[in-house]
Amino acid sequence: MEITGSLSLIGYGLSAIGPAIAVGLIFAAYINGVARQPEARGLLQPIAILGFALAEALAIFGLVLAFVL
Amino acid sequence: MTLSALAATLPASGGGESYQPPTPAIFWQPLFEVGPITVTNQMAWAAIITGVLSLVLIMLSKNASVVPSKGQWLLEGVYNFPRNSVARDMIGTKEFKKYVPLLVTLFLMVLFYNLAGSFFLTMNPVTGKVGFPIALTLVVYVVYHWVSIQKMGLGGYFKHMIPPGLPGWIVPFVFLLELITYFITRPLTLALRLFGNMFAGHMVIYLFVTGAFYFLLHGDGILLQALSVPTFIMAGVMVLFEILVQFLQAFVFTLLAASYIAAAVSDDH
Repeated sequence: MEITGSLSLIGYGLSAIGPAIAVGLIFAAYINGVARQPEARGLLQPIAILGFALAEALAIFGLVLAFVL
Repeated sequence: MTLSALAATLPASGGGESYQPPTPAIFWQPLFEVGPITVTNQMAWAAIITGVLSLVLIMLSKNASVVPSKGQWLLEGVYNFPRNSVARDMIGTKEFKKYVPLLVTLFLMVLFYNLAGSFFLTMNPVTGKVGFPIALTLVVYVVYHWVSIQKMGLGGYFKHMIPPGLPGWIVPFVFLLELITYFITRPLTLALRLFGNMFAGHMVIYLFVTGAFYFLLHGDGILLQALSVPTFIMAGVMVLFEILVQFLQAFVFTLLAASYIAAAVSDDH
């Protein structure tokens, strides 16, 4: 069987694994925190979204490089 | 492009042409040319959105009074979100007021540029073209460097990058890393995050819609044609998901801009 195409796409798939786990961990921690201390929600939310954005940046790098390379 | 190479591997079902998956070329939508500049669809919509947004904001805030009218009440609701939960929470109650106009403008511009991707007339996020996030990021880039240098001086700014209490031999490495973070990684991720999310989201919606039409019109037999129904539903679900992402990315863009400014404004590291 012959497969043609670009390895960049596989590279992007691989690069998305790490950020996916990271985003999961961040929101797991956020939910944990809110469940233990519901009044801390307002304090935790920007921190969680900030962490999410930073972790997601790596996946975005992968996406852009998949198109660039 | 890379994705079109993938298309060759897909079996061509149906009689005529095989399915062409979307490529980044779908974002190139020229309207007309003025000299060396080509005006694209996105540029026209950016101008329309900016114009309408400015008009609405001016109209609603013109007759501001202590007892708000309906329009003013609505505007204050929108205005208070970036003011309170972004600017005040990130920068702190003492100095945030100076940066509220910038952050509110950034939030509203990014939000409505993004929402153009879900608006039935455009169906194309303005920020899906990389130039728009770069321009918005340049503003933030200049502002947070300017604020830092104004507050700490050029030497103090570089000194501020190194956290206190590090052993001497590690300082040059940390300094290099922080220098790259401040001058390259931060603007790069700020622009690419917005661009990548809008670009990828639009591509996914485009893929589902064109895929559904391909199944419907060129499908081999009733079974493949029936497959267009879940594909259409999936396209609708992705549009709803994209609206969420568009709101979230506008929030994240403003939040990060505020956090970069906050790092410059706050005294402690």
